[in-house]
Amino acid sequence: MSPGKDVVLDVEGARVQFEMDRGVARVLDDVDLSVSREEIFGIVGESGSGKSMLAASMLDAVEDPGVLSGSITYYPSPDEPVDILELSAEELRQLRWEEIAMVFQGALDSFNPTLRIGQHFQETLSAHNVDRQSGMERARELLSDLYLEPEQVLASHPHELSGGMRQRALIALALLLEPEVLVMDEPTGALDLLMQRSILSLIKKLQRKYNLTIVFISHDLPLVANLADRIGVMYAFDLVEVGTAEDVVEGARHPYTRALLKAVPNLETPYAEMQPIAGRAPDPVSVPKGCSYAERCPLADDQCLDVHPPYDDLTDEHRVACYYPEEAPAAIPLPFEDQSVERPDDPPEAAGAAPGKEGSR
Amino acid sequence: MSGNDSVVSLRDVDVHFENRRGMLDLFGEPETVHAVDDITLDIPENDVVAVIGESGCGKTTLGKTALGLQRPTNGTVSFRGQDVWEARDGADDVDIPYDDIRRALQIIHQDPGSSLNPNQTVMATLLQPLKRWKPDLSRQEKEARILGMLQEVGMTPAEDYAYRFPHQLSGGEQQRTALVRALLMEPDLILADEAVSALDVSLRVEMMDLMLELQEQFDTSFLFISHNLSNARYLAGQADGRLAIMYLGEIVEIGPCEEVLADPHHPYTKVLKWATPDLEVKHGDIEDPPVRGVDIPDPTNPPSGCRFHTRCPEARDHCVRTSVPSIDVGEDRNVACFRADEDSEYWDTHPLPDETAGDTGGEETT
Ligand SMILES: Nc1ncnc2c1ncn2[C@@H]1O[C@H](COP(=O)(O)OP(=O)(O)OP(=O)(O)O)[C@@H](O)[C@H]1O
Ligand code: SF4
Ligand code: SF4
Ligand SMILES: [Mg+2]
Repeated sequence: MSPGKDVVLDVEGARVQFEMDRGVARVLDDVDLSVSREEIFGIVGESGSGKSMLAASMLDAVEDPGVLSGSITYYPSPDEPVDILELSAEELRQLRWEEIAMVFQGALDSFNPTLRIGQHFQETLSAHNVDRQSGMERARELLSDLYLEPEQVLASHPHELSGGMRQRALIALALLLEPEVLVMDEPTGALDLLMQRSILSLIKKLQRKYNLTIVFISHDLPLVANLADRIGVMYAFDLVEVGTAEDVVEGARHPYTRALLKAVPNLETPYAEMQPIAGRAPDPVSVPKGCSYAERCPLADDQCLDVHPPYDDLTDEHRVACYYPEEAPAAIPLPFEDQSVERPDDPPEAAGAAPGKEGSR
Repeated sequence: MSGNDSVVSLRDVDVHFENRRGMLDLFGEPETVHAVDDITLDIPENDVVAVIGESGCGKTTLGKTALGLQRPTNGTVSFRGQDVWEARDGADDVDIPYDDIRRALQIIHQDPGSSLNPNQTVMATLLQPLKRWKPDLSRQEKEARILGMLQEVGMTPAEDYAYRFPHQLSGGEQQRTALVRALLMEPDLILADEAVSALDVSLRVEMMDLMLELQEQFDTSFLFISHNLSNARYLAGQADGRLAIMYLGEIVEIGPCEEVLADPHHPYTKVLKWATPDLEVKHGDIEDPPVRGVDIPDPTNPPSGCRFHTRCPEARDHCVRTSVPSIDVGEDRNVACFRADEDSEYWDTHPLPDETAGDTGGEETT
């Protein structure tokens, strides 16, 4: 992306396809994304939008009938690119724990029920030829970083721990081999809010203490807003808006992001301002040729229906794949937004009046 | 607000389970889990009660008990004045037969996918309850009623959706089908157990709008169970309903939804509010969770005194020693915390020491 940035993970034109009876499903559609060193990058989007596919792609871990193409580059240091899709199986195995670690979606059950938690840590250490004593010392430190009692947890079987404790133990395990990057796919989805929020605080602490780069994936926009430095919004298998957390939460310019912000129940927004997003996301077997959001977008016009909108760089950091980022705030007003909207007094009727074909460009 | 204008009333209800601690303890003493402890709750007609708490606090057990699906260890559960378990056990002087009670109390589950039969179309799934409860209707009448309901919940064209299988429906559509199945019984009360938080965020408002509409139209009450305060606010707040906060088997705060959220009295309610993300970007600073331990204590061995004292940021010596009564703090509002009583001995005792990281919350601090 912007040159001079210390990029640690660079995704270019990532595409995942599945051959199915119904046709070819393109479940990741030319995604470009750069993750900077030591940032927390949040990826949000509704169920089925391709978040897990993107996460798996970053580690070349897309499951089998799926075919990944494009390029994924990892930079352990700025002038040392590693082409992840070219690595051998053994190199990939090492990279996956020692450089880029991952906590998969639904991972609550990924501990072997017959082994104690401590055995999982020991097996990981010996599989990577790491000194057991210093490794277990780090394990203990990580566990207490995560508000766990190390000795008690290491001696426990998975079923003896609550869901929240298991998930924290899993995060500690992922960090055991001192990876640079931690990718977490919906790591708190199965937990209740208090535990989710507590884990977020702990993740932030870990990020600081160990200088981690974190990619955090969730369908829960408010959760990500409270955590991430930058946020990418996915819709229908591609990112539609990327920016700093402020850009995306307080100055969103893509109609979908704005609709999502209105659709999320929270404790502040007046009831009348909360609105569901009508309609459904496209089927990966037949993604529309124009803008994938056009069917649900109040601003859609013929151009939107015909031609896929290119990325528009609003600023260095803030990119939007939409023809009408300037019109979006007035068309989809948000209750908590004031100055950032250009014409805040515009009546919501403006929403109905889609700009002409030529629009602003 | 007790007695007969309530659809369901729980009086001093306990539900205890005997538990073994897992395979290693096969021969050890069974332990008793107090899933629900001494709860009294009325669910009025055409009302919404939202029960909020962490996982394992007993909210699902409370819901099942209110519906007559779980037998209480102590106390009574009644439906419009009729003791549910006397009706179920076939006592002689039953005013309302158990079959009627069962029809009147319906449930929608957490996971929409697994609550529908994968091998049956929506139509076949929805015909079943009508066959059972409305045997007098002709096939055409039944189908017409189902199509009407599908239309009502926004699954249009209804003829199209009616002949789909569950895997051809989105999560939100599956959940709406489950809601229609419950509504076809013309129930007086629907228990919605995490029926919304399992849905994608983008579908939650839609589902709750639908529940509110149906409540207005059919006067159905909802017992809404969730760990998510935002969802509870959206539903109970708009229906002028109540919020009940549950911790380790007990209701620690209850009152009108809006009031409880605007001015929570119980420290635990405040913690739950903290945990609820808002649409705000948090700059830099890291907030520690405002609890003295992030994990729930072992429910087989609940803490003495106030059960929240092992985690409560306001806990004092008095809280460890003395159990808390439910204190009346205004119309329809109750709180189980000494801080609600300005004459409590609590104020004269010492704060508990800060428990730091690494506390798993499992052991007692006395
Ligand atoms: N093995 C597979 N074969 C075919 N399609 C698949 C397969 N796995 C996933 N998909 C499809 O890929 C798309 C993206 O899926 P993905 O799991 O990345 O979504 P997601 O955003 O992670 O959703 P969620 O929030 O539910 O986890 C979906 O349309 C899904 O149905
Ligand atoms: S305005 Fe056009 S390009 Fe932008 S989101 Fe709507 S349909 Fe897509
Ligand atoms: S009684 Fe004491 S421990 Fe319990 S909630 Fe109140 S202050 Fe906290
Ligand atoms: Mg996923």
